[in-house]
Amino acid sequence: MRSGLFSRHRALLAVVLSVTVLAVAVAAFLPVRFESREENFEIPKGTWARRMAGDKVEILPSDIFLTLGVHDVLHLRNLDDVPQIFGPTLLMPGQSFRLPFHVASENLFACTAHASGQLTVLVEDTPDSPVRRLTWRARKLVRSLSSTFRSHQA
Amino acid sequence: MRLSFVRIAFLFCTALIAAASAAEEFRAGVFDPPRAAPEFRLQGSNGAPVALSSYKGKVVLVAFGFSSCPTICPVTLAKLSQVWKDLGAQSENVQTLFISVDPARDTPARLREFVTPFHLSFIGLTGTEQELATVRESYGIIAEKVASKNKQLGYEVHHSSSLHVIDREGRLRVLIPFGTTEADIVHDLKVLLAE
Repeated sequence: MRSGLFSRHRALLAVVLSVTVLAVAVAAFLPVRFESREENFEIPKGTWARRMAGDKVEILPSDIFLTLGVHDVLHLRNLDDVPQIFGPTLLMPGQSFRLPFHVASENLFACTAHASGQLTVLVEDTPDSPVRRLTWRARKLVRSLSSTFRSHQA
Repeated sequence: MRLSFVRIAFLFCTALIAAASAAEEFRAGVFDPPRAAPEFRLQGSNGAPVALSSYKGKVVLVAFGFSSCPTICPVTLAKLSQVWKDLGAQSENVQTLFISVDPARDTPARLREFVTPFHLSFIGLTGTEQELATVRESYGIIAEKVASKNKQLGYEVHHSSSLHVIDREGRLRVLIPFGTTEADIVHDLKVLLAE
């Protein structure tokens, strides 16, 4: 009876270990893919009017994460009826701004759209090896967990 | 025979179009559609009033900063100095304008002392607080006075550090973020000069 319970525990442990190893292997070997190289942000029509009415409209996050070689272009578009400071620049109504990044770097831009007055674009290295893919996915998981945690706290 | 001639012509045209579109690819940020660069007329470090429109036909690089800047501005101007060397004779068709965000301290003479060691053709621009605020607003530039850790300096001005590039037609085409390499800046200026 006791030996049956012991072997069931061992089997469960083996399953957990196998699943973990498989998950790590998939995370390490599956290439990092995005639908597009562009990270798109748009100021929707009526944003200025909403801000004037007292709505706190947040469009750009204060930190943007890009990945060199696969998702490394920041694309901003102003669909509102008035000029808007958007990230690093002033955009006229209907105008867009496309900024590609060519090196892994941390880029700080003055931006009045944020309470801190600053926008950070963090460009990570190309995840082109199993170790890099693994760390890239681990960082992404940590970021998404901490953002979920923060939104729950808010 | 005739069919293969048409095929060759088609391939040639396709290659030409591909080459042209590859050449137009900028390394820095691009505005679409480009807008007319806001006009300004300010006091130049060359001792004369300077209007942006007087540089029509040249590619103009507009930087915002201040002569007491301990970090960003000297790095930017040193980089542009290298860009000018790399451009060689083509640099005659490019003009750098350095617009002050600190009119209280930046007189034309002080700006001249600051910008000309980097390159004799660079021009510093200053004006009244109101004139400079209007220019900053039209270009979306942020500038904020903050107390400096360096007591001799008194205060610094935190400001947007990107370079605005205006094409020969006077349109605001490209925004070069701080940290862009000299090679990439040269590349984009050459694309605009070739138009």
